[in-house]
Amino acid sequence: MILLLLIIIPLVGGFFAWLYGRRSEAAPRWISLVSLLIEQALVIVLWFRHPASGIGPGAWFADLQWSWIPRLGISFHLAMDGLSLLMVGLTAFLGIMSVAISWTEIRERVGFFHLNLLFIIAGINGVFLAVDLFLFYFFWELMLVPMYFLISIWGHENRTYAAIKFFIFTQLSGLLMLLSILGIYFVHASNTGVYTFDYFSLLGTSMAPAVSFWLMMGFFIAFAVKLPAVPFHTWLPDAHTEAPTAGSVVLAGLLLKTGAYGLIRFLVPLFPEAARSLVPAAFVLGVIGILYGAVLAFAQRDLKRMVAYTSISHMGFVLLGVFAWNELALQGAVMQMLCHGVSTGALFMLVGALQERIHTRDMNVMGGMWERVPRMGAVVLFFALASLGLPGLGNFVAEFLVLLGSYKVSVVATSFAVAGLVFATVYSLWIVQRAFHGKKRKEWAISDLSLREMALMFFMIISLLWLALLFWRSLR
Amino acid sequence: MLELLWLIPCLPFAGFIVLAVAGKRIEPRAVAFVGVGSVAASAVISVIVAVDFMTAPPPGYAYTQTIWQWLDVAGFSPGVTFYLDALSTVMMLVVTIVGFLIHLYSSEFMEEDEGYSRFFAYMNLFVGSMLVLLLARNLLLFYLGWEGVGLCSYLLIGFWYKDPNNGYAARKAFVVTRVGDAAMAVGLFLLYNGLGTLQIQELMQRAHQSWSSGSLLPVAAAALLLGGAVGKSAQLPLQTWLPDAMAGPTPVSALIHAATMVTAGVYIIARTHVLFELAPPVLAAVAVIGALTLLLSGFSAITQKDIKRVLAYSTISQIGYMFLALGVGAWSAAIFHFMTHAFFKALLFLGAGVIIHGLHHEHDMFKMGGLRKQLPVTFWTFLIGSASLSAIPLVTAGFFSKDQIIWLAWSSGRGGTWLWAAGVAGALLTSIYTFRMVFITFFGEAHAQVSKRPGLRMIIPLVVLAFLSVTGGYIQLPAIMGNITVFSGFLHTALPPVRPLSGERMEWILEIIAVVISLGGVLVAWLFFLRTRGLATRLAETSPGMLLHRFWFSGWAFDWVYDLLFVRPFVWLARINRDDFMDLAYAGLAWYNRSLNRILSLTQNGRVRFYAMGIALGAIITVAIAVLR
Amino acid sequence: MMSIPMEHGLILAGVLFAFGLAGVLMRRNVIFILMFIEVMLNAAGLAFVVAGSKWNQADGQVMFIFILTMAAAEVSVGLALVLKFYHKFRTLDADAASRMRG
Repeated sequence: MILLLLIIIPLVGGFFAWLYGRRSEAAPRWISLVSLLIEQALVIVLWFRHPASGIGPGAWFADLQWSWIPRLGISFHLAMDGLSLLMVGLTAFLGIMSVAISWTEIRERVGFFHLNLLFIIAGINGVFLAVDLFLFYFFWELMLVPMYFLISIWGHENRTYAAIKFFIFTQLSGLLMLLSILGIYFVHASNTGVYTFDYFSLLGTSMAPAVSFWLMMGFFIAFAVKLPAVPFHTWLPDAHTEAPTAGSVVLAGLLLKTGAYGLIRFLVPLFPEAARSLVPAAFVLGVIGILYGAVLAFAQRDLKRMVAYTSISHMGFVLLGVFAWNELALQGAVMQMLCHGVSTGALFMLVGALQERIHTRDMNVMGGMWERVPRMGAVVLFFALASLGLPGLGNFVAEFLVLLGSYKVSVVATSFAVAGLVFATVYSLWIVQRAFHGKKRKEWAISDLSLREMALMFFMIISLLWLALLFWRSLR
Repeated sequence: MLELLWLIPCLPFAGFIVLAVAGKRIEPRAVAFVGVGSVAASAVISVIVAVDFMTAPPPGYAYTQTIWQWLDVAGFSPGVTFYLDALSTVMMLVVTIVGFLIHLYSSEFMEEDEGYSRFFAYMNLFVGSMLVLLLARNLLLFYLGWEGVGLCSYLLIGFWYKDPNNGYAARKAFVVTRVGDAAMAVGLFLLYNGLGTLQIQELMQRAHQSWSSGSLLPVAAAALLLGGAVGKSAQLPLQTWLPDAMAGPTPVSALIHAATMVTAGVYIIARTHVLFELAPPVLAAVAVIGALTLLLSGFSAITQKDIKRVLAYSTISQIGYMFLALGVGAWSAAIFHFMTHAFFKALLFLGAGVIIHGLHHEHDMFKMGGLRKQLPVTFWTFLIGSASLSAIPLVTAGFFSKDQIIWLAWSSGRGGTWLWAAGVAGALLTSIYTFRMVFITFFGEAHAQVSKRPGLRMIIPLVVLAFLSVTGGYIQLPAIMGNITVFSGFLHTALPPVRPLSGERMEWILEIIAVVISLGGVLVAWLFFLRTRGLATRLAETSPGMLLHRFWFSGWAFDWVYDLLFVRPFVWLARINRDDFMDLAYAGLAWYNRSLNRILSLTQNGRVRFYAMGIALGAIITVAIAVLR
Repeated sequence: MMSIPMEHGLILAGVLFAFGLAGVLMRRNVIFILMFIEVMLNAAGLAFVVAGSKWNQADGQVMFIFILTMAAAEVSVGLALVLKFYHKFRTLDADAASRMRG
């Protein structure tokens, strides 16, 4: 039941936020905040009830199955293991953050905004919990539409272009996945005579290598677009840059993770042999993503776009980790999903806070702002350091584990990926330098982070430190 | 009392947290109290722990303390575990005591700076990270400290962030060392995958058991670790960041870029000496790198104008000596030189700091001059430091540590004539550039008036360090001069001793050569820079002299080459690809669709007759197909 | 009675239809377009009649009556539209009405 609640709460909350949004501006914010706090509390309860659940996939401890369209073998089947628990926890956490960071930023159609935001969160939770392939696809698509609205209504200058680009990329790749889902559905039916979309039944479906390969490719492209892996990444900078802050946080922190989650949950278990044959290609794509994203990030003038490109670089590690095919790297990849969600989410929040103050994202006009906004500078520095993989912060642990595992597979690829850490240093320090250090280009009359923003940042910092230092200890 | 070990790194961290959170809100006096006090407490505890360690050594001469389990993944379970043995005891003592003195000094030096609390926060963070680095039991925690000190180095070099040049120097330092760190990270992956652990002691044991000397894996692993070490310790070919790092406040240069952080590379090689012994080619490379670096930077030091840059090149050169010692297997000699170097180089930097402080941030030595009378205490302590750096015989610590290295470079089984020659030539260069600096700064006519005289908080560290620079050497005397081996005797539980192959007679001969050389260097400096001042200038004005001067002044043009080879291509690549050429493919697809759309929409022109024609044409074509088929 | 061969009748119908179609496509005046549509309708009617006489069946003539009534209805509606058209555009040029919006 608790699994259903995790999806229902944001849906209901979103609906009420929209309903009361006509009467007052503040009501939707409070409603969303409260519903997400309840959600977070539920996750924490689950976390303490299943402390030894571990972080890898496979140790299921909650299950909910209702029949939905029995004639076609479709059921409403949710289940949770350690991986989904962590992801749902991240979703609730970043959900709270994005509601709180939009507190002053969103002033138009507040109710509808929160409806969309909470529906996305419901969709993402659904993706993380569904173990029926049809239901999974349903949630997969469910999160796209409100995201489209979020970008195209509350976005920045070039929002229509970005929203459409985002939608086309994800929709098309989603359709490929639908084809693959139907493919495996029919293959399984012709093998056993049972028509079912259930994940557990479909596991271990035997099929000809060529069939398996092409079906896997359908999944792979869908997940690689979401991840995103080069060369399917070009929707990301546009969407991230144009989205409102909350949208960017959700996109970078959560939506990208659904791609990684899909790889771990569906692609590898459903098509183990075929996925294995993809390892070299995935490694190449992962390493290219790490390096290419870093070079592009360094080149940007738009601060938000720069942060967006760093995501590509970081998610390359996830691709490496998933396809390194060992426990170390896989756990590293999961860790990277969590830490990247927090650190990049925080950077987007900070960029949003900055844009709210100076009404631009162009780094050419920034500079020397540390003096004016030391708190903001320090927090940006903290997350820039996280993003360059400073030990003691979460991203380092994740990247270290991934590389430790991927070394077993390919020394060359690992070495190139490590070079990515040097590049990450270059661009991360560049952010701090361009925006906060150096000469003042303008007399900024801006205020430092407010109490609300500092509180949010405090939670983000604490969670990143916790992930880095104490997380593994809390598992036992 | 060994259980107090965990407090030693934790206290500075606590100081950092307090200052980072509340630094803006509390008084400068409170800031200084927290900043200096945390390191002082840490120093006191480390003395207590060290005394305890020496008087009642724990079993196996090593004490381990686990704070908590850090990671636990698939058998990879490094903990936050501290490991205290003789080597880390020495390093810990030096870091905390010198660190404390420099903190004390900074509390006055930085007094008028608006970033007072930020400064002490960073400094405390640095000391904490450095102690984690030294005390780490496994390489992952070690790496945490390693990167932590790199971060603090970055933060403190760029401390005066308003000048973009400082930011550039800071980023350069971080990125260049990160190149080395990346190599080191790969080394860690190799070690873990080869031996199944990252815990240093166990790693060394397993390496000893399962790897044969000179085989590929230990050589690769040692080479990769060496990559990290040359980055952090500013050795060839990654030395370029250290001279620029002088952009930071002077106490920072003293603490980070002279006494402690830059010697982390020496520490890790000494720490993993078993691995390096399994990789003779890499060990030889360590010696050669050390020898080359000490020579190249010695030449560069002679041509510098900025007093801090002289000291920076000198630091590179002295670490070159330590590498030379490591390369010939004289582990404890390297650590001994680390210790004395920490004393006298910190002293020199702090003395330079007094001058810079008193002359409104003037760095150019040629604008100083004649400061002997105006700053007497500084002069005498600086002179002691310089003497120690130039290894003036018998009365300085530097003499005993450096001559031990030079002697072992000759007599150790791994040494040789060339390494010895490099060491001796380096000693000559050292005396020349050191006393050039002393003569130009303190003698001759005064070019500037000192506006601020150092207070007690700046004087005390100078005096204490001067005392240590003289007496620090007497705990380890050569075989021919008393043969006191307190230091190496203490260290031998962690680092194997080296047995000289040559006899006492040879030692006498070499010792005398070294003495003559170092005194000769002082004489040369006196001749060129004090007695006939124009001589050096005239020499530098001849055309080969000018070329050489510029070449040395720029640090052998390494910066220029790296800029051409790495920086420019990277920036160029980034700039031309700003809009991501891969997006062009998708943009092309979109353009193609849009043009199709445009063509088709032309047919929707709203003219009835055009539509009728379309219908007719369609009908005719249909009929034609039906009939003709 | 000398019967006219069916081919001749059909050819005449085809020619008339083509003539009408060409007129519809070429004339811009709405009245003329309507008139040429009449021609095309009559061509079709002629084809029905010819075919009916060929098979000796009344169906063709029945169809012609249908077409005739339909043509009458079409003309009345058409002319009404033409009036409205002229009222709105002050011209009888069909191309003037090339936009969907009123």
